[in-house]
Amino acid sequence: MRSASTCLTALVLGSALFLAGCERPPPAADQIGYRGTSMGSVTNPRTLEMREAANQPPEAQPAADPTGPRASTIYQNVKVLGDLSEGEFIRLMASMTEWLAPPDQSCAYCHNVENMADESKYQFRVARQMLIMTRSLNTDWKSHVGETGVTCYTCHRGNPQPQATFKLDPGPRGAGGFTASRQGQNFAARAVGSTSLPNDPFTQLLSYAGEIRVNTPTALAAGNPRTIQDAELTYSLMIHMSEGLGVNCTFCHNSQNFGAWNGPPQRATAFHGIRMVRDINTRHVQPLAAILPPERLGPEGDNAKVFCTTCHQAQPKPMGGAPMLRDYPELGAPRPAP
Amino acid sequence: MAMLSFEAKYRVRGGTLVGGDLFDFWVGPFYVGFFGVTTIFFAFLGTGLIFWGASLGDTWNIWKINIAPPDLKYGLGFAPLAEGGLWQIITICAIGAFASWALRQVEISRKLGMGLHIPVAFSFAVFAYVTLVVIRPLLMGAWGHGFPYGIFSHLDWVSNVGYQYLHFHYNPAHMIAVTFFFTTTLALSLHGALVLSATNPPKGEVVKTPEHENAFFRDIIGYSIGTIGIHRLGLFLALSAVFWSAVCIVISGPFWTLGWPEWWNWWLELPIWR
Repeated sequence: MRSASTCLTALVLGSALFLAGCERPPPAADQIGYRGTSMGSVTNPRTLEMREAANQPPEAQPAADPTGPRASTIYQNVKVLGDLSEGEFIRLMASMTEWLAPPDQSCAYCHNVENMADESKYQFRVARQMLIMTRSLNTDWKSHVGETGVTCYTCHRGNPQPQATFKLDPGPRGAGGFTASRQGQNFAARAVGSTSLPNDPFTQLLSYAGEIRVNTPTALAAGNPRTIQDAELTYSLMIHMSEGLGVNCTFCHNSQNFGAWNGPPQRATAFHGIRMVRDINTRHVQPLAAILPPERLGPEGDNAKVFCTTCHQAQPKPMGGAPMLRDYPELGAPRPAP
Repeated sequence: MAMLSFEAKYRVRGGTLVGGDLFDFWVGPFYVGFFGVTTIFFAFLGTGLIFWGASLGDTWNIWKINIAPPDLKYGLGFAPLAEGGLWQIITICAIGAFASWALRQVEISRKLGMGLHIPVAFSFAVFAYVTLVVIRPLLMGAWGHGFPYGIFSHLDWVSNVGYQYLHFHYNPAHMIAVTFFFTTTLALSLHGALVLSATNPPKGEVVKTPEHENAFFRDIIGYSIGTIGIHRLGLFLALSAVFWSAVCIVISGPFWTLGWPEWWNWWLELPIWR
């Protein structure tokens, strides 16, 4: 009798401890595709609400008058936004201040307030490159951002530097011998969902155009040159994408065949997203390392680069798909003066 | 049909759970019993419905026949027969047949005057099935969360469910279940090797006794669990593997919706080193 009650107590306590790390039923689920395939998502509605509340778009400034002389004819040294009217230009500058400048510095964060056309602050030059990038995203990368588009706020979220980014990280160093290096894995890195998978799949696959696809298209195929390490790197990147978007693998893939394109259409959007992120990192972000002060650089001397979480912040669509470009057409393709 | 010499001793009346001696007889070597009748009823009905379901599908390829559960939109209600309703009735038949079989095992155990080890052990397998097609769907709010009846289709279901939690090997109960499965096979291989060695001595030697077997394991690992003990251990390991398998799937969804790797954040976030 004693041992029975001891067992029961242990069972109850054990289950309670076990479930303390868990969530409570019922979850919310949606179904995509044929019944019984388990394609779709299983989510915690409370987590979704929390994420929605944490990812509200900022209120847009009232639209500006698009008529009148162009900014390029009014101000000096306007290289990117010269096609805007004065009202639009001022409105965008004010919004940028609200979106990312520290409140105590405001315009002075990027500008020399004695001479607004002065390029001497590195923030000024970074901002110019970022405006080129934003316009490029909203015009050249509609395959990923669609008509929703992006603004500075999509990544910055009120911070001078976007919070979710990656830098080269050699990880903790051991004493020596076999333990000197973890070979970039076994570290429970948050960016890859606390797995032991490689903690930096980003440098190879998102800064450079490393090959993501590892599986062979035929059964029992010989001669696949891809290694288990390659597969782990891919798995790691995929976990990051899942975590970054707050979705599971079946959001994009039917796991029956990860490589097949007959699954959900989201995979095509993600495919373009990966190419977009590479374009952002190689064409716009990495070249800035040369002009950044040392405190902006990581331990290996590189600057912060973007990955999926930078914009998505654990939502399938950043800020729940709020139409950013609609309120800020200034950040789209240059438009002819009305 | 001829009886084996010892069968007459065990063909005793009584020990039934319901119905008195209504079905308490044998057909050839097979005991019938009330639960034998219900087993046959549910098994034939369920199999017939599976054939009907297969005939509604687009293939007779044995690998690809698929009888899928209802769409999630039907929730915990009944679905039209061709849209998952068949799956629901087949599930009822399956549970009816499995439970009947377990109860028939109880009746036979009682006739033989032995313990209920066999029906208890079989019940774990039934429990695992019920967990998949009843308990978890109930907790998640739709019968559509059950697995489809089909050779390939149920494997696709398993794969997708696994990847819904990003990396199923991080599921703690899955870890325990897999460990128990491997330990079961290890114990069985050790036990089987021991018995075969002891009962197949070299030419000229006699068959070895349990004392010899005990001595062997005391020599090699310092401990022998003994002749009864190894079977108790085997039962425990096998049932634990099945039990934790059921746990690992019932917590995936009802009690955890994120990736399993990040479930372990509770460990990373323990206040002593966070």
